[in-house]
Amino acid sequence: MSTIDSHPDTGAAYDENAQIHLGVFYPGIGAQTVWEDPNAPDQVATDTFVEVAQKLERGLFDAFFLGDGQRVRENRGAILSTDIAGRPDAITQLAALASVTERIGLVATQNTTYSLPVELARRLASLDALSEGRAGWNIVTTDNAWTGENFRRGGWLAHERRYERATQVVELAKQYWAGEKIGSDTDLLTAHATPNVPASAQGRPILFQAGDSTGGRDLAARHADVVFSANNAYDDAVAYARDLRTRTAAFGRAADAVKILPGVTVVLGDTPDEAEEKVRWLRSNAHNGVRAIAFLEHYWGKDLSAYDPEGPLPDIDPVDSELDPSRGTLSIDARTGKLDQIERWRKLASDKGLSIRELVLEVSPASRFHSGTPAQVADRWTELVRHRVVDGFNINPYHLRDGIDDLVDKLVPALQERGVHRTEYTSTTLRGHLGLDDEHAASDRKAS
Amino acid sequence: MSTGNGLLLAVELNGRNESPRALKEAVTAAERAGFTLVTFGDALVPEADEEYRIDAGTRAAFVSSTTSTIGLGPTVHTLTTEPFFLATQLASLDHTSHGRGAWVVGADNRSAAHDAVGTDVRDADAITREVRDVVDLARRLWDSWEDDAVIRDTATGRYLDPDKVHHVRFEGEFFDVVGPLITPRSPQGQIVVIGRADLGIADLLDIVLVDDPTSAAEHDRLVFADVSVTDDVSPLVGVVDGVRFTPASAEELGDLIDRVAPALAEAGVLRRPEPGRTLRENLGLDRPVSRYAVTAQN
Repeated sequence: MSTIDSHPDTGAAYDENAQIHLGVFYPGIGAQTVWEDPNAPDQVATDTFVEVAQKLERGLFDAFFLGDGQRVRENRGAILSTDIAGRPDAITQLAALASVTERIGLVATQNTTYSLPVELARRLASLDALSEGRAGWNIVTTDNAWTGENFRRGGWLAHERRYERATQVVELAKQYWAGEKIGSDTDLLTAHATPNVPASAQGRPILFQAGDSTGGRDLAARHADVVFSANNAYDDAVAYARDLRTRTAAFGRAADAVKILPGVTVVLGDTPDEAEEKVRWLRSNAHNGVRAIAFLEHYWGKDLSAYDPEGPLPDIDPVDSELDPSRGTLSIDARTGKLDQIERWRKLASDKGLSIRELVLEVSPASRFHSGTPAQVADRWTELVRHRVVDGFNINPYHLRDGIDDLVDKLVPALQERGVHRTEYTSTTLRGHLGLDDEHAASDRKAS
Repeated sequence: MSTGNGLLLAVELNGRNESPRALKEAVTAAERAGFTLVTFGDALVPEADEEYRIDAGTRAAFVSSTTSTIGLGPTVHTLTTEPFFLATQLASLDHTSHGRGAWVVGADNRSAAHDAVGTDVRDADAITREVRDVVDLARRLWDSWEDDAVIRDTATGRYLDPDKVHHVRFEGEFFDVVGPLITPRSPQGQIVVIGRADLGIADLLDIVLVDDPTSAAEHDRLVFADVSVTDDVSPLVGVVDGVRFTPASAEELGDLIDRVAPALAEAGVLRRPEPGRTLRENLGLDRPVSRYAVTAQN
């Protein structure tokens, strides 16, 4: 980990009383979740959701997050078999958790491209009403036609217009939550409706934003209460905080009105060496031979199963098509720069003498791991929060029992000792946990 | 069709101006009184005399964690939603309720409902065709993960068997959907599909709702008659499988639970669901085998 500058320029002043805000991003996809351990609970089972959410509530977390992905990931047209897959509808699952938890925030990732705006606003308002003010919406865009194949309109939205639609959907949702009649006719959206869900104890659902493009950052600066940021390396996090706060101020809001929670994976050990060893194991498991071959097959667009993951990179040429999004959403750069990328990998593998598996491990970012003893991680997080580099973290656990127990039983007490994490909930709403003011709440509307 | 073995009870909670607490209490009370099913009415945009109404699927999920035996059937409208979302939400309800999920097929065709999603009012024939496609697609999507698709095979590094998760490749007049569902197969395989006889899709339903009990013989499905809280339903034993009450007020709901249901139990007419069983089991319905597993075996 990089050392913290004495005065990082984050666009906000040092605050020795700053409090950390913590969420857990419950896994639905991806190689980082260890399914190979027989003691790892089934991440799709209803009882696991309840167990994890209730445990996090004991740890006084701000929020429990569910992700979104409206098409099951594939590898060359077949369902991807190496990683966990399968997830419930986020709002349905969170509504089921709302009646067996009392305080923790419940945040649903929902996309603005394929969702019907009035239906989405109404379902989020419903979750907010049932949970008595604990709902949040993590706003994402999905523009690829591959996902669109599951929806009435197909892949209808041009990539460069995805945030235009997102902004319109968010503005419409805010109107809906304020109890105002909706009347919208643009080339991206048609919706006319009278709301029929009451305002909750927090006014409206809290808005989270996760995209890191310029459009995403502007949407966050203009409308979001919290960002779920991808900038988890120190230098990136400082630059991101400064950039977001500049944008936020430009929209006439307080520069630090938007809470910044980068996504990280926490790995704790009794000693620094033990934690480091665990990270090494997690990374090598997430990039094992089978996964490394599948990863390259996605880029090559060819069957590479005959290649030895411990041997050199495939000598055959990749197919010349753009990279498809079937392994997950890709930026435009990643979609079009495929052949150059492969050339860079070939050079790197040859310079360093790397096998397929070693190359894939080498090019996979490790910055999301925050590891060490509980005291080390708590010390670092306390400094990051007080320097206003971040306002907290959204933690992606690698294991749904051990990984969660570590957070609640070890990291939370260490943070509490440093006075940076609450010792009891002081609010009943997600808005209250996050310490958000009411500037954007529908405060003029009568709560039910 | 009726099994002639007492009556199954259902109650419709339309959700109008209902608080979360009242919702929870009503469903718990209905479960205790021996009801097999609660249905949840819904409207995307307000109907007359309605201040507010929380989304039915969300209400059903909310009470799925605080009940253990009663079936939960939200109304989800077909013409004004995305069929893929609909199928995912209902499969998820079946998971959160451990196999007590049901769906009352809705076909709200008011212009106000269409205006909310930017579509047009349909004619009667088109409604039937589209509702049929949505139900057909939902059942295909619920089959798209075979029961044993998740294998967690450490020897080969495979979490799932890709040959047991299927694209459904539905192509219809109104929409095309590739699939598979994002949600693994739910405890009941396919949730219990309920709809009114006049939808014209009785062959795709598990329970047909009728106004006139004497029409029950026309259907080779389970039949529930919509009845009034003040009706004497004892004569319907052997005529229909169940009855659904629609209390118009909190007082009527209280009367139904405190007086009507106990009286039917006393008279030996009430067929109680058994705890720990799925809704299908309590209705005497088989659990469907995934059509894709059947195809693979042939």
